[in-house]
Formats: sequence, C-alpha cells, structure tokens
Amino acid sequence: MIRGVKGSLLAAVSLALVGCAASNGETASAGDKPAEKPVKFNKDPYPSTYKGYPARLTVVKGVTIFDGEGGRIDNGSIVMTSGKVDRIGGPDIELPTDADVIDGTGKFLTPGVIDIHSHLGDYPSPSVEAHSDGNEATSPTTPEVWSEHSVWPQDPGFSRALANGGVTSLQILPGSANLMGGRSITLKNVPSRTVQGMKFPGAPYGLKMACGENPKRVYGGKGRMPSTRMGNFAVNRATWQKAAAYKKKMDDGKAVDRDLAMETLAGVLAGEILVHNHCYRADEMALVIDMSKEFGYKVSTFHHAVEAYKIADILAKEGICSAMWADWWGFKMEAYDSVNENIPLVYKAGACTIVHSDDANQIQRLNQEAAKARAAGRRIGIDVSDEVAWTWLSYNPAKALGIADKTGSLKPGKMADVVLWNGNPFSAYTRPEKVWIDGALMFDANDPKRRPVSDFELGQPGEGDVK
Amino acid sequence: MMRALLLSAAALIALPAAAQDVAIVNAKLVIGDGSAPIDGGTVVVRGGKVVAAGAGVAVPAGVERVDAQGRYVTPGIVAAFSRVGLTEVDAVSGTNDRSAPRTRFSAGLDIAPALNPMGSPVAVNRASGVTRAIVAPASSSNLFAGQGAVVDLADDMDMVTRPRALQYVAFGEDGSAKAGGSRAATFLLFREQLLAARSYARNPATLAEWGNDAMIQRADADALVRVIDGTTPLFVRVDRAADIVNVIKLKGEFPALKLVLVGVTEGWLVARDIAAAKVPVLVSPLTDLPSSFEQLGATQSNAGRLKAAGVDVSVGVFDDDDAHKMGYATQYAGNLVGLARVPGASGMTWDQAFASISSVPARAVGMEGSIGSLRPGHAGDVVIWDHDPLELGSRPTAIWIDGKAQSLTTRQDRLRDRYATPQEGALPKAYDR
Repeated sequence: MIRGVKGSLLAAVSLALVGCAASNGETASAGDKPAEKPVKFNKDPYPSTYKGYPARLTVVKGVTIFDGEGGRIDNGSIVMTSGKVDRIGGPDIELPTDADVIDGTGKFLTPGVIDIHSHLGDYPSPSVEAHSDGNEATSPTTPEVWSEHSVWPQDPGFSRALANGGVTSLQILPGSANLMGGRSITLKNVPSRTVQGMKFPGAPYGLKMACGENPKRVYGGKGRMPSTRMGNFAVNRATWQKAAAYKKKMDDGKAVDRDLAMETLAGVLAGEILVHNHCYRADEMALVIDMSKEFGYKVSTFHHAVEAYKIADILAKEGICSAMWADWWGFKMEAYDSVNENIPLVYKAGACTIVHSDDANQIQRLNQEAAKARAAGRRIGIDVSDEVAWTWLSYNPAKALGIADKTGSLKPGKMADVVLWNGNPFSAYTRPEKVWIDGALMFDANDPKRRPVSDFELGQPGEGDVK
Repeated sequence: MMRALLLSAAALIALPAAAQDVAIVNAKLVIGDGSAPIDGGTVVVRGGKVVAAGAGVAVPAGVERVDAQGRYVTPGIVAAFSRVGLTEVDAVSGTNDRSAPRTRFSAGLDIAPALNPMGSPVAVNRASGVTRAIVAPASSSNLFAGQGAVVDLADDMDMVTRPRALQYVAFGEDGSAKAGGSRAATFLLFREQLLAARSYARNPATLAEWGNDAMIQRADADALVRVIDGTTPLFVRVDRAADIVNVIKLKGEFPALKLVLVGVTEGWLVARDIAAAKVPVLVSPLTDLPSSFEQLGATQSNAGRLKAAGVDVSVGVFDDDDAHKMGYATQYAGNLVGLARVPGASGMTWDQAFASISSVPARAVGMEGSIGSLRPGHAGDVVIWDHDPLELGSRPTAIWIDGKAQSLTTRQDRLRDRYATPQEGALPKAYDR
C-alpha cells in the first residue's frame, strides 16, 4: 500500500481498466450520406503480441484440486499439454508416460488467481511522481484514455503478484479521480518488453467509472463540476446522452468525426466494452443501476462495493458482480460501513462474488483475503467450502472480465494457468510452489532461475532475492 | 437459524465489567515470551494481574473457572506501532488527530488528550485480539512528531497505560522533506535541536535569551531533554540501509539515547550493525516492494534475517493500516511462519512469531515487565481464540483486559446483523436493531 493516509486516498482514487480488444473487428463509419464506402476505425490498434512460452507435457498427481468452478478432487491429477489443460481427474485417470511428473502429495492445485482490480504498471513501484500514471485528472470524463498507454511493464510488482500470490491474469484500471477514467486492460502476468506482449489475447476492453467521493472531491477542489454526488450524475448523464447520439449516427451509417471518447462509450452501449464501476455506497450503486438502464448499458462489476451487503438481493437480481476487500474500512467516509461479512453475505444472496486487491501488496495474498472472508461467514452460519470460495478468486473474476471461456477454471481446453501451492491456500502458512501460465513454468520456489527480475531491480540491492 | 444466532450475538453487548478474578483452564496456553504452547494449561488472573500461568497450576478457591476446551489462550496482542485512538475516519479531518500540520510545536506534543477510547477503531481492533498498542503521532511539518503513549483497548474511558512512552521522528525521505530538503539537513536539525534542549536543561534562561531565534519551544525542549537522557525511547522511522547505520551512529554523540527503529525495510543489509548496537526494531514484515528508493532492498525475509542476526524484531502493521486494521498483526506473524517453509526465505517459528506481536514490542517500549506476556505480575490481558491465532480468520471468543471481561461486539457487527437479510421486513431497516 502506498504510504500514508494521502497514499491510501490516492490508491483509492486510482482505478481503471484496460482491456484488449475482443477482435480485430472494425467499426463502420460513414460519409455524410449512407455510406457506400464507410470509414473503418480500427478497434484494435495496439494488438496483443502475447504468446505463451514453451510448455512441456506436465502431470501433477496425488494433489488436492480446486477446479475454480466449485469442484474439488482429492488425490487428483492434472495433465497439461501444449499450454492447455488436457484433463483433470481422480487417481484413476489415464496419465501420459512421457510427461514431467510432479508429486503433489500434501499440496493443492488451483487455477491461477485473477485480480480484477490492479494498478500495477500505471501506479508502479517505486511510487515516485514520475510514475504516477493512473489518473488523467484533468477532466471528469476521460473515456478516451487507455490504461495500456500508461502501464510500465517493468513494474516489480508483477513479479511479487506471481511469486507470492499466484496471480496469472489481472486487470489494470485507470484511477477513480474521474467519473469515466478510461479504458482498462487485461494482462497475462508474464513479463514482457512491451505492454502489448502482456495483453490477454481476446479479452474485451473495460471502462473504468467511479462514483462517490473521489470525483466530486477532485473536481470540486478545482472549483468545477462535479462538486457533489448530484453533480456526478449530471455529468455522467450528459456524457451518456452524447454517446448515445454518437452511436446512433454511426448505427445509421452517417458520417462522424472520429471522437475517441465517444468511441469508447459507444463500445459500452454496444456491449463490447465492460463497465467496471468503483462504488462504495449501496444507495449510489442502486442509482448507477438505474442510470445504466436509462442509457442502455450494463455494469459488469461494482468495485470495492463496501456496502454491497445492504443490497445483495438487488445485485443478485441484476446479475452484477461485486469485487470486494475482506476487511478494509475507515479510510474514508464511504468506507465507514464496512463489515467483515460483506463477501459471504453477497455470496449468500446468490450474487457474483469476487475478491480484489486495488493494492500492490494485497494482490500478493488474495487467497488469504478470501480465507478471512470465508471465516467471517462461517461465524454467522454461512458455510462456504474451500473449493467454492476459490470461485471468488478465479472463475468469477474471469466471468466479469469476459475471459471465462479461456481461463479461470481447470476445464479441458482452457489455458493452463495453474498454481501448485505447498499446502492449503487458505492457510497463512502456505505459499505458491509453482506457477504455470499457458502451461509454461513461470515461477518455481525451488528454482531461483524461475523468478522474474524486472529491469528496474537489476543491479540493485536484493536483485533476485526471495521477495 | 442464522438470524437467531445473530440476535443472540447482539444481545451479548456488555457493559464494562469490573476486574474479576478468573482462571482459564484446559487451555493451549501461549505465554507469549517465545516459549512453546502448553497443552492443558491454566492462567489465573487476580486483581487485574496474572498470578500464575502454566501446566499444573491450581485454581484458588473462589475464583471463577472458564474452560477453554483446549483452545488457544494467549496474552492480548500488543500493536507495535499504531495510531489507534487518534482517528475515526482518516479522510474526515475533524476526526483525525494523527498529526498537526500547522502547529509551531513538535517534540512537546503529547497525544494523550487526543485519544478517543470510544472510537469505533478501538472496539474493532479489540475484537481482533489487540489489547494494547504503542501509539505514535505521525510527523507533519516538523522533524519531531511528538510523544506517543502505550494504551489499552478496553471499553472504558481510561485509555492511557503509559503517557509520553516514546518520542517519534522520521528520517529518510520523510525527514528530509521536513528538515529542509536533504538528509544532511535532517541530521543537522536533529543534532541542533537536541543540543538546544541540552543547553536549556543546563540553563533554562538560554531559551528566553534566544527569543524568536530559538529553534524549539520550551515544551519541545522539555520533551527532548527526556530523549537525550534516555527517559523517553526515541522511535525513528528509517528504511534505507545507509540511513539506519547513520541513525545508529547518533548514539556515539548522545550515548543515553534509547533508539527503537521503525520500518527498517533494508535492515537485513546491515543486520549485524543493528544487532551490535542492541537496538530493537519494529517492522511491517510483508513489505517487499521497492516503493521508494530507500526501500530497494525490500524483502519479506527481512524480519527473519534480522531475527537470525540477533535483533529484537517486533511485527507491526504500519502506514495506511495503522489505525483500523491492527488485527493484521496475527496474519503477518502467520506469514512469517509460512515463509520459514519457502526455500531461500527466512521467517520465524510459530513461537517466535507470536512473541513478535506480544512480548517483543512490549520490551521495545520498555514495558516487558508489565504487558505482552502471561508471566506472573503482568497485566491480565488474556484472549481465548476460536482457532490458531496466527491462522487466517481466527477470532477471539473472549477477552480480558486488566482482568476485566470485554465486549467483542462492534458497530460493524450491528450493521451485519441488520442486513443479514437485506430486504426490508414489516418496517424499514432503520427500525431493525
């Protein structure tokens, strides 16, 4: 966490999403009249160049498996081949004879952790002013900015999230200074020289939005709109109205001057870009839901959602995910009504439940945060098994990011994004032993050579140290 | 079923109890001094103090018996470095007494009258097993932040265990910003202020002679005199290895200084220097990011390596979490146990890790004889836990502070109970309590 109270506010302010374009699809635009030769705007001008590293045919056997979708296999085995999950099963499944075989006795195997809310890269370490790239806090709505243009791939935080947290994919969001902070990006947690080299292939883009204290404080402090919560909504609605008009023009095949801000919002209205909305208070989330209906978009996920427990039934009915901390509270007024049972109460209501970090430290132990939340639930009679609680860490965030068909669980054919833990991952005494991403071994606690060291840390004290 | 359970929990809200004599029997008893847990242990508290703890301890006649049913019984957690009681909502400035950005005073500030025992962070931290805390002011515009206190987290109005228990100063980048922009300015300002205080101690009239040119106020001088003579421990926030070495060297000039280093992110690089100087440290052990250029060597093995070098290492919860989430101390200590199993990493044994959040911080602040362990004569701060206290999600089921049974119910619990079923019933939620 960034040091000091100011730091925590800054961290809370900052949120954003960047995603990879879902496809190379292009948007038709047009001339003044219904176009015969519509202008095409490239929807994926910074395409992913990520490719999985060489993956060996690998078997882990005798291991306890949480499959990420709520299933558990004791004394289980997994076969990974060509970067994919080939199959999982009990001791009786057929195993290849030419594979690298790892004995998982006493260990646990899960899908990689997916953090839906991170600022690695756009608020990297060291957190010096020159690195402060998460909030384009010069206008309350900046849907035209893309967080991928801020992400510094050399952030040492990526390696900590991998080695200590078993994080294999993560969404990097713009901050929450703005009502509309910009596009997010989803990354594979594999080091690269370029951000394109980390972009999760085929992940949809997200739009970071923020309600509540941060936008009104930032812009009210500058003496401009919005300075109140009602101002927040007024600016949002005016902007959505403009976006709806822009989209209609495009849909009607009329000429538009390309507007990068409107292009993002039109993408949201078309359902191609997912809304990730920083929002703490229950009453504000309810208002945002109505605003989304007013303009015809859908909120994928409320982030932080400290008061989600107060409207868990509404969130379940609307099919909106809540990405939450286990126990953060008290740092600001809208985080005052936090309860330790928020996560289990949302789960109990049948709403989509996600554990997130928003923090370069806590991303290293999201499994521990889930464990605390689960324990709090058990004390009030909400019994959640280990394997179901894991859905909060991989499958649910994958769904909310639009990548659940590719990763987030150990179903055959999905990316082999896998963590082998040296014990039960819901224990404080457990750490990742091995992490595979697309079947390639990217971290091995027993092999210092399988430990990424960013350019920034080369030649510095502690280079290559355990972290 | 769940609703009934919640209601009964709410009904347990207790008024502050009087000190009682109590014996907790059939405990997995953790003394807190680094020794191994004792199965079938008993701890006896009389007159607010521990009178006996161990195996085969007899329960005196007339003393209430509480059967721990084999669960962990420990001393309460001592928060090694905290702002509990100084803030309610960090971003609501009227509730926030951590620092005084516009005061002309510095070392003379005393947090005692700023503490609010009725604040919800006191109850929330208590419910997570924290019974005592070392509370320091945060530095603001001046180099010296002022005098902290050792406090208890009991549900009564008397929070201060020991006032003026420490003086706090930040070196490194924070100190530079206050002293004028460089580390050179920090060390010079530090030295000059102490020397001014010493002159004042020898001849109080000097301060009047300096008039408006005085670099410190009388109250500040009074406080610094107690730092110079070792009466008040000096807690120094410092992270960079070179800064640590230079701070330790200050003892050459001011030999009675009782230094305690806080943060110490790169301490492992100079562990032998710290051990040789016999200076205790308070660390936030999971700090592993190069968040600044004075933390480039950050690693979670810092605490374990310092401990192995012979340094007294207390584990705390610093920075943004320092007022509301003191309960993270047990999680952090548990992580040190886990680290001991990671190839190439350094951690602690369970017994060491527990001591690092109980008796070791008590010793750092000079209160090893009175809090932080269940040895006879220590305060009757006792916690019964539902599970291994260093494991995730473990919670106290009963707490005594100075022998008084404490409420474990918080404002958060009330909110949770109100919304256990989120829909409104026959009346709005506002009527549901």
